[in-house]
Amino acid sequence: MSQPVTTTVEVNGFPCRVWTKGKGPKVGFLAGLGGLPRWLPFLDKLAETRTVIAPSLPGYPGATGHTELDSHLDWVLAVRQLIDKAGLAGADLVGASVGGAFAAEMAAIFPDQVGRLVLIAPFGLFDDQEPAADPWAQRRDVLPGLMCADGDKWTALVTPPEGANSVEWPIEMSRASEAAARAFWPLGNTRLEKRLGLIAAPTLVLWGDRDTLLPPSYAQKFAAGINGGINGATRAETVPEAGHLAYLDQPDAVARAVLAHLG
Amino acid sequence: MKLMWFHLMPYTELPDDFNQKHPSVWVDIHSSLFDPKRAHHMYNDFMDELEYAAELGYDAVCVNEHHSNGYGLMPSPNLIASSLARRTTDTALCVMGNSLALYNPPTRVAEEFAMIDCISGGRLIAGFPVGSPMDTCYAYGQNPSLLRERYYEAHDLVKKAWTEKDTFAFSGRYNQQRYVNIWPRPIQNDPHPPIWIPGGGSVETWRWCAEMDYVYCYLSYYGYKAGLTTMQGFWNEMEKLGKDRNPYRAGFLQFVGVAESRQQALDLYTEPAEYFYGRCLHVDARFATPPGYTTEATQRAGIESMVAKAANTASYSSKLSLKATNMKDIVDGGYVIIGSPDEVVEQIRHVAKSLNVGHLMLLLQYGNMSKDTTKYNTRLFAEKVMPKVKDLFGEWEDKWWPKPLAKGQRAAVPAFRPQTVAAE
Repeated sequence: MSQPVTTTVEVNGFPCRVWTKGKGPKVGFLAGLGGLPRWLPFLDKLAETRTVIAPSLPGYPGATGHTELDSHLDWVLAVRQLIDKAGLAGADLVGASVGGAFAAEMAAIFPDQVGRLVLIAPFGLFDDQEPAADPWAQRRDVLPGLMCADGDKWTALVTPPEGANSVEWPIEMSRASEAAARAFWPLGNTRLEKRLGLIAAPTLVLWGDRDTLLPPSYAQKFAAGINGGINGATRAETVPEAGHLAYLDQPDAVARAVLAHLG
Repeated sequence: MKLMWFHLMPYTELPDDFNQKHPSVWVDIHSSLFDPKRAHHMYNDFMDELEYAAELGYDAVCVNEHHSNGYGLMPSPNLIASSLARRTTDTALCVMGNSLALYNPPTRVAEEFAMIDCISGGRLIAGFPVGSPMDTCYAYGQNPSLLRERYYEAHDLVKKAWTEKDTFAFSGRYNQQRYVNIWPRPIQNDPHPPIWIPGGGSVETWRWCAEMDYVYCYLSYYGYKAGLTTMQGFWNEMEKLGKDRNPYRAGFLQFVGVAESRQQALDLYTEPAEYFYGRCLHVDARFATPPGYTTEATQRAGIESMVAKAANTASYSSKLSLKATNMKDIVDGGYVIIGSPDEVVEQIRHVAKSLNVGHLMLLLQYGNMSKDTTKYNTRLFAEKVMPKVKDLFGEWEDKWWPKPLAKGQRAAVPAFRPQTVAAE
């Protein structure tokens, strides 16, 4: 697995890392909880036929500036700048988990900015009848199993690589968690349902069948919300043997589904 | 020195198998454990105990704020303080305190504290804690990443509301109010009631207290031995900032159980202490570290420092992991000071001097301690210990103590007369 090219863009005066790898038409990736502390096999799969561009959201590994963002509008505008500066305006966009909620916002609020859209277990909704679990109130030993069907996949994501700074690495991991919490505390509910109907991009909603954080039934709520507007071409698919971060559990299957949708 | 009588108001009837059957005393403690008819008696007993302490001459009575908490039945300490304002006369009322970021708008705190200050004739100490993760982020749903910024802004707003003479507009990052003009206004207006800050062991808090000239209070449940490193850190920082070692810059919480002999103290206080350190501190670790609650500077200090324990005392997870739950360890660890009056005198003098703390907040009721035992502990301490420790720090001026109205200017509160039901 070769490493991506690293560049840096500024959002509100703070650096955000952008990883680029592959060939072919561009596709953007906004990562889920934990961000991208390391490059992933899933992204390598996409990079075989697409130019993968993965900008780090403010506060995620490789980026700061989340502390400037006080409201959902602040966040949406920061992500918009990030998309523009990473060269992703008008490109296809894949977003997962917290990144999925922002990808959906981009497609709803700036429809010209997004080509085709894939949402992997996005945040943004909350159903009293089927409440999502709390990612920010978990014991250390329980968290991996909430993030992935195979908890070892999560552990591998956040384990310091050889040579990592032993002080800064754990701070960077907790910063990523803080950034997500800053945007989505306490329920993950950004009232996104009010804007789903504005999404014009052809959309695929993917959900791990073993997601214990956000119930897989939320996939239908997203699909129905998006199809309720001007969009009639939204589909929901389940990823077998996958948890919340399905792209960690089943990198090949998720990449295949994404590429099939993007065409 | 000042000896202050602090009540946490714990629910005293958590079942024996509480720790086995329930994951947490805090946040999601089950409502079936709460019997309002029993709580009626608990509240009244607790308020009797606070009033009793005031009668016996403690310098202050202290109350504090907790939410969804089986060891702290005061979501609103202001309600208790308001009652105490009428049932005490000269004792300072230390509300330790109101978690500023939980009030919307925060001017609510400025108003209620001003009310307490007016009713009591200027006896209020205004405590401004950030609040624990369990209270603020979980029970009250506050965003941990915004909590401290909101806290500091609310502080600015409350202070300005107390001191600004004219109606003003407040355009903050989180609070916007066109007309800020609180009525009533505090009696202590030169410039405002004393502000005390209960905090963990973070350097940022120490610096802020020094800059603002506030009292820093370290309210740990783990006593003077565990608190020593933190208080040394505080005084080292004061020295760096060019501040004097006036012990009244600091407050410290200490559990005490005094009896005629050490053995009698063990007999009396083992059960309530083990109830407190066992059941009352049985907090689910998943509520300990909401992301963003602990600043990156404090995290870094905690990871880097060879004396990591000092910084780590700021983090609730490490606080919870410290705990001993049997009386021998509780006493050996210094969580609870016990003994005969003379033994307690010796230990209190040692605590005050080694920590250099002029405001000692005493927990003389804890866990399921009965009203009788609490009153015994409170009286014996007042009669046999207090006179032998009051002389400490006499060379220093306490510039952070309430300045009430002169006695002649204060309202006469009629004595309370319980109505007797005439026998038929």
